[in-house]
Amino acid sequence: MNHLPLIIKREYFTKVRNKAFIIMTFLSPLIMIALFSVVAYLSQLNNNKQKNISVLDYTNEIKTVFQDTKTIKYTVLDNLTLEQAKAIVEAQESYGLLYIKDFKPTTGSMPIEAKKNVDVEFYSAETPSLEIITGLENKIEQRLKELNLKSKGVDIATLKNAETNITINQENFTGEKTSKADSLVKLIFGGAAGYLLFMFIIIYGNMIMRSVIEEKTSRIIEVIISSVKPIQLMLGKIIGTTLAGITQFAIWILLGSILMVIASLIFDIDFTQINTPQQDLMTQAMQNPDSNTDAQLFISAFFNMPLANLIIAFILFFISGYLLYSSLYAAIGAAVDNETDTQQFMLPIIMPLILAVYVGGFTVVGDPHGTVATIFSFVPFTSPVVMLMRIPFGVPIWQQILSLLILIGTFIFTIWLASKIYRVGILMYGKKPTYKELLKWIRY
Amino acid sequence: MSKLLEAQSVSKTFGDFTALNNVSIAVEKGSIFGLLGPNGAGKTTLIRIINQITMPDTGKVFLDGEPLQRQHIQNIGYLPEERGLYKTMKVGEQALYLAQLKGLDKAEAKKRLLMWFERLEIGDWWNKKIQELSKGMAQKIQFVVTVLHEPKLLIFDEPFSGFDPINADIIKNEILRLREEGATVIFSTHRMESVEELCDHIALINKSNKILDGNLNAIKRQYKTNTFEVGMNTDNIPMLERLLSEKFTTSPADFKTLDNGLKLNIKLSESESANQLLSYLTSKGEVSHFVELIPSASDIFIQAVKNN
Repeated sequence: MNHLPLIIKREYFTKVRNKAFIIMTFLSPLIMIALFSVVAYLSQLNNNKQKNISVLDYTNEIKTVFQDTKTIKYTVLDNLTLEQAKAIVEAQESYGLLYIKDFKPTTGSMPIEAKKNVDVEFYSAETPSLEIITGLENKIEQRLKELNLKSKGVDIATLKNAETNITINQENFTGEKTSKADSLVKLIFGGAAGYLLFMFIIIYGNMIMRSVIEEKTSRIIEVIISSVKPIQLMLGKIIGTTLAGITQFAIWILLGSILMVIASLIFDIDFTQINTPQQDLMTQAMQNPDSNTDAQLFISAFFNMPLANLIIAFILFFISGYLLYSSLYAAIGAAVDNETDTQQFMLPIIMPLILAVYVGGFTVVGDPHGTVATIFSFVPFTSPVVMLMRIPFGVPIWQQILSLLILIGTFIFTIWLASKIYRVGILMYGKKPTYKELLKWIRY
Repeated sequence: MSKLLEAQSVSKTFGDFTALNNVSIAVEKGSIFGLLGPNGAGKTTLIRIINQITMPDTGKVFLDGEPLQRQHIQNIGYLPEERGLYKTMKVGEQALYLAQLKGLDKAEAKKRLLMWFERLEIGDWWNKKIQELSKGMAQKIQFVVTVLHEPKLLIFDEPFSGFDPINADIIKNEILRLREEGATVIFSTHRMESVEELCDHIALINKSNKILDGNLNAIKRQYKTNTFEVGMNTDNIPMLERLLSEKFTTSPADFKTLDNGLKLNIKLSESESANQLLSYLTSKGEVSHFVELIPSASDIFIQAVKNN
């Protein structure tokens, strides 16, 4: 008798028809979009506010560099003492006062070493942002450099003219052209895949665990396993919940993208305005005046990736990785009586997951084929996430297959292990098990 | 009569704990078999082994002469002591699901469920959720689900817990009716009065060993002490009491009567008969009460466990 389809069907439909599930499915994208809109709106608001900075320049030669920008308005104060300037700035409630002292006496005995230098101070009501201070420093440094060059007889116009911009055209030995945009797209793609798996495991692993606990607390478990083998019940639960999860995820993505478009049309919010580190990276990579337009570049970068390999690997690693973790979640659910008791067992599950995301985030970005990234893409508990992040950068097929085989071997082992714990645990009531007891259950 | 179920020298240990030690039982076809024992004696372990939820370490179990196999699950209906239903599922849907797990096809399951729901007068519960029902109501559904696939062997672990007397009676009559229709029943309970009413045969398990096994009446005969409860009316009660206590082994008795006569338990030796006692008593006064003390299942249970 194979009851698996029946169990999967029940698990799926009870999950999908559950009111909380339905509400979450349709409300989450709305909340997310609302949140994004607020953040985007606020960051626009933040950027739009111009800051007033007053400049008191005793050298009289630096102040010319302070041109107003969209975010900062400069007011140059002349013929004032520092105290007077401070009082004015404070009264005007300006953002701050930049005080540039007169040139320091030139140092160095040889004329070639003699250069102009200044001491600079900044007065403000609040601690100024790092961004503003760095900006001001850069401007002053740039100006001093020009002044120094000029005093050495270098023509600034000639120097500017001599500046060039270089883009290295990357190509691998098989002749495929790559670019910085390629690397970025790969990074985003790999990161998204890894992160998606991470989220999926946490959300739906927990759901499986709760559904096992529910069967225990409602005391239906013994009725069920007098008809079905525990391992069938466990697998049915995992598969049914996963299908419900995929349904929810698909709705989220669909609804999310529709809402995103609608929101940006209605509220005229540019979602690219949200400043994230990735975006900074993107703009850095895109500072390339000679290349094609952004969109074209990214589309070509997307198709430069080994797409078929990527999709197949994504499916395989996603499923295996998810099964590996969800079987452990099911075992935890079986071992405890209520959700509060799960804490002690959650740590060993969450740790490798977080490790995987961090290793993926740091080492794969740095060097996708480095030793650390490579090792972690073989260790079964981290491999699904790390390998998914590495694959867009081109991982040899044998490595992918080996890693997958290790992963599949491990998940067969964990499912066996989990089913042992599950079989005993579902009939145990009343006491909070320890790790020692779990080990004993495995040997029953 | 042939045996429907036979467990031969079944042992099971969990780590250092022995749950069952070399226990054998044989359940005759068409009988109601009482599996008794204090809490933690190993009853549930034995029942779980019969249901193939746990595997025995040693020993064999036969159903209808065949070694127990996976497909036999369809021939067994099990109502566990720890029982429940999915709280958020609808009654009908849930009953259908559980019936299908027992191998019934959906249409057949539905037909039988409707029949049973009508018989127990719970037809209008079909679309209710379990959490809307009372405990007793949920128990009724569980009972229906247990017997729905018409198994040869029914195992009830504390079937009456949670029922009010009226519903307990309904369920008791259903169990008896199922037996009439040919089912064999294993019945595990602490309620000795229902053992008395229902069981043909009992086995008593204590501390993982079987300490008593046999036909209920035979066991009672074995445990009876030849003691009679006697009530007498006479003018001089103290004198009669002294007379009787000199002639027989007596002890004070307590039973309800309409008058304040003498009440005694009189234990006879092997050689003395009830008739002899009765004729002796009638010669001494008016006999208002004369009953042989037959040990109740409860007495036997307590005595056997104490002696063990």
